Amino acid sequence: MTLQERKEQIIDDFSLYDEWLDKYEYLIELGKALPPYPEEKKTDDRLIKGCQSRVWLDTQVESGALVFTADSDAVITRGIISLLISVYSGRTPAEILSDDFAFLDAIGLRQNLSPTRANGLVSMIETIRKKAQENV
Amino acid sequence: MTQQELRGLFPQLKRTVYGKPLVYLDNAATSLRPQPVIDCWNDISANRTANLHRAVHLVATEATEAYEQARADVAKFINASDNQEVVFTSGATHALNVIAFSLGEAIVGSGDEIIVGEAEHHSNLVPWQMLCARKGAVLKRLQVDDSGRLKVEDLPSLIGPHTKIVAIAHVSNVLGLVNPVSEVADICHRHGCVLVVDGAQGIVHQKVDVQVLGCDFYAFSGHKMYAAPGTGVLWGRKALLEQMPPMFGGGEMIESVSWESSTYAPLPRKFEAGTQNISGTPTLSPAIALMGQMPECEDVKEFVYSSLLAESGVRLFGTTPDLGKKVPVFSFAVDGAHHEDLALILDKMGIAVRSGQMCAEPLMDRFGVTGLLRASFAPYNTLQDAEYFISSLRKSIKMLQ
Repeated sequence: MTLQERKEQIIDDFSLYDEWLDKYEYLIELGKALPPYPEEKKTDDRLIKGCQSRVWLDTQVESGALVFTADSDAVITRGIISLLISVYSGRTPAEILSDDFAFLDAIGLRQNLSPTRANGLVSMIETIRKKAQENV
Repeated sequence: MTQQELRGLFPQLKRTVYGKPLVYLDNAATSLRPQPVIDCWNDISANRTANLHRAVHLVATEATEAYEQARADVAKFINASDNQEVVFTSGATHALNVIAFSLGEAIVGSGDEIIVGEAEHHSNLVPWQMLCARKGAVLKRLQVDDSGRLKVEDLPSLIGPHTKIVAIAHVSNVLGLVNPVSEVADICHRHGCVLVVDGAQGIVHQKVDVQVLGCDFYAFSGHKMYAAPGTGVLWGRKALLEQMPPMFGGGEMIESVSWESSTYAPLPRKFEAGTQNISGTPTLSPAIALMGQMPECEDVKEFVYSSLLAESGVRLFGTTPDLGKKVPVFSFAVDGAHHEDLALILDKMGIAVRSGQMCAEPLMDRFGVTGLLRASFAPYNTLQDAEYFISSLRKSIKMLQ
């Protein structure tokens, strides 16, 4: 699935839910389904600053593509990072850098987080973009 | 006044969030504003705006009267022996910083000790750390036990010959436990120490009589007791306030100024540099008047306390065999559910609660948690609010586990 297709799929998935509580339920399911993240990778240099809960993001380069794995101690945050990974992991730095991350607005995620959590989301996006820039 | 009548005075209680009625349980962070306070602020802003004390014109006289009436009302409210002991600040944090700086300048030197309670809000810890760094003084910790109770019995042995100041909260903003201030004051005074009390939570829920409490300083914010934000009080004993140099210079705090030096105004103006909060501070008067008429909310407190204690997987901090020594502030952890997740879900159910470290990181470390969920109640929160909170909490926990 291309980056674009995956984004459209997420927008479709979210459109099934009218209530935000149901969207959270969906994020919680995604969060719970995120594959286990190794304890030894929960290091300070992998910690994303600006989140109330702790979020770790690990980046590996595999045949020109960036492979992200992540974890958080809060499950909704884990759901959010899981969404981001499902879109951006396995993509080339050029693909990531040419994307505008606007699907997060399309699903209303950014607007429906309180400012501190929205900052957390912005920090996650910035970290992913930074990793792409470092590996161009 | 009935609870329904009280609720009618708070416009924000009529609003909805996500199409649901707002259940506001973040009162320990800031209370809602009642109509008489909003009216007072509006009236002064619309009709009585002028700078205080100096001008001779009529509006300035009226503005000064409103401001000084608030001082008289506060003095009576906390039973200060003299209006001059009531210094207006922008809040409890501002007041505690002034105390730490100015009292520190007056009585603290290198090698002296300051004792601070382990459950303190950062506002009653960081200013003392700053003082210690400035003076080469030593910060010591008065610990809490596993339930959160301040171990006052440790205080006499913790106080040494060089201890100058003890700083504790009247009521912890995390635990909601009422500290035995008069007992602590006796111990401090027997050992020649000054007792500073952070009253930000205490003033909201307790009858405060500074002469009965016996402390030397009592600091609180207006915004937690229904008055305008940006208002606050530093109460201190006159003899100590007179001994202390001002922290801020300029404006009404001077007596005379020459190029070489200045002399300072008498109390309380010595500590009120710059233009005062001319619209906000007078709102303390209607807030105090309303507080005198608020109904008791013991049934809500008992219901929430017993429900949280009985809920499996919920670890409540700040427990006590005597609920009379606890205010309706409940902080807890839930096994298998992160405080941030719970707060996010409760928010979507219309319930405003606080999650995180609540400006008390050392206490979080003490309990070995990264944060807690806090629900804090005011007299306008009904028993239905409390029941809805508990049932919504159960639902949120189920969603997360």
